[in-house]
Amino acid sequence: MVFAKLITTASRLGNKSVLRQIANRNVCESYRLISCSRHLFAERLYTDKHEWVEVDGKVGTVGISSYAQEALGDVVYAQLPDVSMDLAKGDECGALESVKAASEIYSPVSGKVTSKNTEVEDSPSLINTSCYDKGWLYKIELKDSSELKGLMNEEKYNEFLKSDDHH
Amino acid sequence: MLCRRLLGGLVRRGFASEAAAVNTSLYDFHVENGGKMINFGGFMLPVQYADQSISESHLFTRKSASLFDVSHMLQTEIRGEGCLDYLETIVTANLRALKVNSSVLTVFTNEAGGILDDLIITKIEDDHLFVVSNAGRKDHDQAHMLRGLEAHRSKNKDCDIRMRFFEPRERALIALQGPQAADCLQSMTDVDLSQLYFMTSTVASVAGVQGCRITRCGYTGEDGFEISIPAILSMEVSREILKDERVKLAGLGARDTLRLEAGLCLYGSDINEKTTPVQAGLTWLVDKTRRERKDFPGAEAIVKEIKEGSKTKRVGLISEGGPPARHDAVIADSTGSKDVGTVTSGCPAPSLSKNVAMGYVQTEYSKPGTELSLKIRGKIYKAVVAKMPFLPAKYYNKPKM
Repeated sequence: MVFAKLITTASRLGNKSVLRQIANRNVCESYRLISCSRHLFAERLYTDKHEWVEVDGKVGTVGISSYAQEALGDVVYAQLPDVSMDLAKGDECGALESVKAASEIYSPVSGKVTSKNTEVEDSPSLINTSCYDKGWLYKIELKDSSELKGLMNEEKYNEFLKSDDHH
Repeated sequence: MLCRRLLGGLVRRGFASEAAAVNTSLYDFHVENGGKMINFGGFMLPVQYADQSISESHLFTRKSASLFDVSHMLQTEIRGEGCLDYLETIVTANLRALKVNSSVLTVFTNEAGGILDDLIITKIEDDHLFVVSNAGRKDHDQAHMLRGLEAHRSKNKDCDIRMRFFEPRERALIALQGPQAADCLQSMTDVDLSQLYFMTSTVASVAGVQGCRITRCGYTGEDGFEISIPAILSMEVSREILKDERVKLAGLGARDTLRLEAGLCLYGSDINEKTTPVQAGLTWLVDKTRRERKDFPGAEAIVKEIKEGSKTKRVGLISEGGPPARHDAVIADSTGSKDVGTVTSGCPAPSLSKNVAMGYVQTEYSKPGTELSLKIRGKIYKAVVAKMPFLPAKYYNKPKM
């Protein structure tokens, strides 16, 4: 429970690096109030189509935002890009199916797919329950890291969600 | 993620209106109860409510009962001597033979035999009809019925038929659907529902509100009722129904998956002006004596097609393991090498834990059990032609003597 306190304190202070270090100790699994970043100091960046990418060195992990999973509803099927597939930024590279609709996944960056989350293929509901952690979709080796400049950080993304342009 | 597409299944087919949407008389009630409101064909309606996912709401309907606001549908009252003859000129049902206080599902057809809309007609008296047709076809249906009436008048000079289209602010329509619907409604109405069979109708008081029309029908495959209520009292009635803990509110999302499992067509998706009743597997809507009389639009084409068979047929498809097929997915033969048809709607079926779809295939591939495949985003998945409804319907039919 010490960690719980630490985490809330850290998040109140807004000290992201502390927060992430704690998060990285794998003790935060049960605390939904913060998201578990997989990589130290990595920042989650968002597209206007509601994918996120978190880059560690040359490799980016891709997923969909909490807003997107909520709008989509219960995900029942995940079609992910195959390993070693070459993707250009904005390419349609998979789809998520909920009861109400199909939604395409567009790659936030260009590069080669290095792995996909087979756990999500088996249990698509992970996208709803843990969209920033266990519900990641695929990893991609970045071709051009300058593409990241065109993405939104969390703050900008939240502003974007408040505007009417995101529908 | 393209969120614009999220409600694709519901909004795609040109129903979505950019113009200001109309609120039904239950708008505030939906918002109060956590309804996620969307613009559906020009009407603000809940796609689901905060308390349940679409699957949960679907399953709850099959297990208990759900209340739907379907006030967006067009309610029309037709009065006057000869109104049966008039309406028969534009539909395929035998209204003269229809019993008083009975309802019939039928279609408006065009000269080529295509379906202009599907509708339910209730015969209140020989000179009094009540029609419910699709919201997405509201403007079309009004114009079509008025044109039909003009034509009828030109041949019947003393015709005194009056037609009234109800706006959602005048008249609400709610649907109470599910195995507990009858028990729930019985506790607040003055009519004996055990005598009100599937596709029959009565005027009743509901929750103390006089002048409601209860019709035992619906679009979920479950037993249930559609209740037409003076709009200003619709909130009162809905609140009272919702007090019953066996009832929860359900939105358009569950309505769509429920009707799909029940094998029921959605106009604009599964049937349209280019599909005939024969192709759509709705030949039973074309009354036998009307086929002989050939006195409805497109009769020649339709009767010929009934005799000779159609080239394509609407079928049900079940697939497992892969993604659900949606509108416009290609249906191919079992090897995936030859395209044989197109999906018109599909979803994961919450009651079956499989994917279901309906679509049109070349008739030689339409037999239940035929193995086919579905092309979805460039990949091929196995599917099998299945009989519809995918789940047995649970209508409260009059016992056969």
